[in-house]
Amino acid sequence: MAKLTPTPSQTVGPFFALGLTWLDTVDLAAGAAAGERIVITGRVLDADGAPIPDAMLEVWQADAHGRYAHAEDTQDKPKDKVFAGFGRIATNKDGVFRFTTIKPGAVPGPGNSLQAPHIVVALFMRGMLRHLYTRIYFSDEAGANDADPVLALIEEARRATLVATRADGAAEYRWDIAMRGDAETVFFDC
Amino acid sequence: MDVIGYRRIVPGTQPEYLHPAYASSVKRAPGRKLVLLPQTLSEVTGPVFGHDRVGPDDNDLTKGHDGAPIGERIIVTGRVLDGDGRPVPHTLVELWQCNATGRYRHDNDQHDAPLDPNFTGAGRAITDADGIYTFTTIKPGAYPWRNHHNAWRPQHLHFSLFGPSFMTRLVTQMYFPGDPLLPLDPIFNCVTDARARERMICSFDIDATVPEFALGYRFDIVLRGRDATPMEA
Ligand SMILES: [Fe+2]
Repeated sequence: MAKLTPTPSQTVGPFFALGLTWLDTVDLAAGAAAGERIVITGRVLDADGAPIPDAMLEVWQADAHGRYAHAEDTQDKPKDKVFAGFGRIATNKDGVFRFTTIKPGAVPGPGNSLQAPHIVVALFMRGMLRHLYTRIYFSDEAGANDADPVLALIEEARRATLVATRADGAAEYRWDIAMRGDAETVFFDC
Repeated sequence: MDVIGYRRIVPGTQPEYLHPAYASSVKRAPGRKLVLLPQTLSEVTGPVFGHDRVGPDDNDLTKGHDGAPIGERIIVTGRVLDGDGRPVPHTLVELWQCNATGRYRHDNDQHDAPLDPNFTGAGRAITDADGIYTFTTIKPGAYPWRNHHNAWRPQHLHFSLFGPSFMTRLVTQMYFPGDPLLPLDPIFNCVTDARARERMICSFDIDATVPEFALGYRFDIVLRGRDATPMEA
């Protein structure tokens, strides 16, 4: 069959809330999902470091066992039937996002490798013509992060931009997204 | 675990992040080269939304209010296809738009045009087994947007689709054939490949037109296609 060129992406524009908030999901761990409940919060910042109030994150992750709620995950592992793994979180007027989830388990990487626990993020905003992909890793998984095949693709100095920092004594992580500048978040071409 | 990935973007067929003609891209585009990522299980899986998420009238934006909205009623229908032309069944399609005067029901829309009490401007549908979706709505107005002197957006509908994985996620806009604003619009023209750009323009379709009711427009949407063989480790 002939290969078709995909329809081009266009920006979500300034008024996406009108069409998209119905599916907002800021608590992925609602219900009886297994695993450690955690909060991830941070700000989305533009090239000047100014907060972006009209951005939206979509997140996708495995359950606590490291299994995705998707037909193509055929791993021989238990599956958490109540955990869907998707979140949609808009930033507020201060550019802040916040969501609750469970800490994902490790999932397989290329070949026989194992990926450290992580959350995949798609980022949308006014001013962005095509969404960007990035990832959230966890600061308390240093060993697994060191062995992660995706983090290994990134120059060492920039890896920290993908690692959410766990607060002392609380299951809360801080992870900011910088569109540009010294702390520019790593975005993926995938 | 080696997975079958989704095909890489052909340059020119999708927008670049930095597109200075679209002024707000300047401070929101990454400065550094994106890091090339071989897709893994995390990328080729993604959320699935079933028919249970969408109500029977969610694809009719003219309903749900006391009266009928002002404007030209239209039907927008089409197929969601994968990159090999196969239908994508049972996938979520989200739609939002301004009303016939060019005003969005959103607090930040300051355009001096009236809201319509009978129009919200949001809908959703799930494609059927043949990948077909249908919306009934009204034709949106053009609106000014201050990107440059005398800047006006062509009439458009905003579409959001998921497809089978996180890699097939697509947010786009649908435009109408013959709109004189299209050659002037930096958002539409962010795609340099003319054939790819034209995928965003629907076509008038007499077969989708319902006699004595509404003109029909066809808008097929193509999601990213898939490789034939697994990603190399
Ligand atoms: Fe718009």
